[in-house]
Amino acid sequence: MANGIAADSTYESYLAKKGFTAWALTTDHKRIGIMYLITISFFFLLAGVTALLMRYELLTPELDFFSTTTQYNVAFTLHGSLMVFFFIVPGIAASLGNFLIPLMIGARDVAFPRLNLLSYWVYLVGTVILMTALAQPADTGWTFYTPYSVETGTNVILITLGVFVLGFSSILTGMNFIVTVHKLRAPGMTWNRLPLFIWASYATAILQLLATPVVGITLLLLIMEKSLDIGFFDPAKGGDPILFQNFFWFYSHPAVYIMVIPAFGIISEIIPVFARKPIFGYRAIAYSSFAIAIISFFVWLHHMFVSGISETAAAIFSFLTMLVAIPTAIKVFNWLATLYKGSIEFHSSMLYALSFIFLFTIGGLTGVFLGALAVDVHLHDTYFVVAHMHYVMIGGTVMGFFGALHFWYPKWFGKTFNELTAKASWFLVFVGFNVTFFPQFFMGYQGMPRRYATYPEQFQSAHVLSTYGSWILGLGIFIMTVNLIAGIFSRKVPEGNPYKSLSLEWQMPSPPPHNNFEDIPIVTDWTYAYGKK
Amino acid sequence: MSTTTADHTEDHAHAHGHGLGEAVTHDAAKFGMWLFLGTEILLFGGLFAAYALFRAKYPDLFVEYHKNLDLEKGVFNTFVLLFSSFTMALAVLFAQRKKQLYTTIFLAITFVCGAIFAIVKYFEYAHKFEDHIYPSKNIFYALYYMTTGLHMIHVFIGMIIILALLGMNMKGKFVKGRYTPVEVGGLYWHLVDLIWIYLFPLMYLIG
Repeated sequence: MANGIAADSTYESYLAKKGFTAWALTTDHKRIGIMYLITISFFFLLAGVTALLMRYELLTPELDFFSTTTQYNVAFTLHGSLMVFFFIVPGIAASLGNFLIPLMIGARDVAFPRLNLLSYWVYLVGTVILMTALAQPADTGWTFYTPYSVETGTNVILITLGVFVLGFSSILTGMNFIVTVHKLRAPGMTWNRLPLFIWASYATAILQLLATPVVGITLLLLIMEKSLDIGFFDPAKGGDPILFQNFFWFYSHPAVYIMVIPAFGIISEIIPVFARKPIFGYRAIAYSSFAIAIISFFVWLHHMFVSGISETAAAIFSFLTMLVAIPTAIKVFNWLATLYKGSIEFHSSMLYALSFIFLFTIGGLTGVFLGALAVDVHLHDTYFVVAHMHYVMIGGTVMGFFGALHFWYPKWFGKTFNELTAKASWFLVFVGFNVTFFPQFFMGYQGMPRRYATYPEQFQSAHVLSTYGSWILGLGIFIMTVNLIAGIFSRKVPEGNPYKSLSLEWQMPSPPPHNNFEDIPIVTDWTYAYGKK
Repeated sequence: MSTTTADHTEDHAHAHGHGLGEAVTHDAAKFGMWLFLGTEILLFGGLFAAYALFRAKYPDLFVEYHKNLDLEKGVFNTFVLLFSSFTMALAVLFAQRKKQLYTTIFLAITFVCGAIFAIVKYFEYAHKFEDHIYPSKNIFYALYYMTTGLHMIHVFIGMIIILALLGMNMKGKFVKGRYTPVEVGGLYWHLVDLIWIYLFPLMYLIG
């Protein structure tokens, strides 16, 4: 490894300048990435607390913690909306994407740095609008299904307006990243040498670009429907409530992949480093992200199998849904093949990456159950769906996100955290997550419907187990958060490239210099040439 | 990954310059705008999908109520916007040829066309409101107000962009060869025009 970009002892780190405006008005992609990271982490923790409250309510079959069922409905609406729109959709894509994309492709910034800053502020405005809605929050669930969302007296308009504004941020970020990857790659950084995180971010950006405007117009129509007394989605006025579901899922199913594809990218970066092997099936992993992105636009009807759609359409969409499993499985098998005969080191980030493979596979396979038409009719709107969704979103995306936090931490801050504590918190997160959500598969199979504050006594033991699990999970995340924050104030300074990674972002000092590269590097080999040299 | 630095290569000057090259910026900005236009089409695509659904469901309603729309004003506005696209194209052409005065003239004409469109549209809406025809009247009018209203917002944004371009032109930015903004702004204006070209027949020329 020719160390052409060796540390200069007198460089100025991107963290050097202090002060509010130096952050708030920065066009440095690294700072914007860190600002996203802090903001989304805040919303993640907030949404996590609402989840703990819901689980606490579910300890007993009766309504005891919340005083009305509407409060419970508000809690799950907040949990879903915050998690989906304010943490997980912009989450990895915007925070890690911003920080890593220019570093990984050998550029000094994204293509439109000022637009990038604008995207962050638009995102923040969206969150502020949402926060004002908290005074009287919606109780519709994060899906805002009509006609209920039109009829309810709670504040649906503000919360959807917040999400609408957020969409702009998502679109602008996606556009920025696509142009960056096309136009700003360093000399020699050909498409087939790109790190897989870049491929994943690129596929994600395309989805953001193509799907987000549709949810934008949907939410706009919903806002107009409520404020101007229109009847697009109201059968009494000649409208069609199914149209809302079609619109909503046309965005929200691809959005599932906006949430999870960046995590695929993270896993593809972590595994070869700690297995000390070249990634297996590079092109298969890269292109399967696109296969997933494309297929994801043709499966949305599988959310609506019991909404009164035509049986032919349902059968076709059931088949198309199964197709998604193929590119997804290609990725999983390639990661496993990368691990095969590797010299594996169990760094905390690697533990998260390995849990990702295990948990995401469960989430993916239960997704195939739900995609099967006949089975879905039985399982629809039960805890089985809740468990599946959380295995994909927490077991998949959040595990990937936590892995990334531990993996790139020394890169971001030039500091490191306590590795033993990190491993301990990983153990609690892993165990807590499974104890929380695995019983929900059985509850759902036995008919426990989602979104209910009260339930028949037969489900109590499973619910109690699930709630205990949520406490373990909460404790694990709490310890992890404390450990990561404490790391910033520690004096431990890691080596510039602690994992001996070959990827471009590690071939520079940590934290990176303000300007990334004094000289734009010329790339002569691909990123994953482990064990060759 | 093996890397070397770009020192002592032809890229030397570029690699040390902290901005991007003019050519890269130009390409990137145009590419970015095309991507953004794609999202605009999907935004309106949702409305067009709703239109298709409801027109298939209630063909008579659409034929019946479209007669109340002011066809003459619609036709007039269509020609105004078409003409404005032509003048916008000329503005881009003259900016590229560094003719500052002509660029100003054609940008100004384009702006005035946008204003005329808005004024005519204002009278159309006002007339409808006088007759107590609001979006809540029926699905057809809901679609009419939503699509033309959203388009109107785009016209206003386009006019603001043109004002900004006029300012840049006055400062002589395009004369120095940095005409990327006018080209990108032009793309946006053409999209605003294009959407109207679809909206007009769908709303005014049914049956």
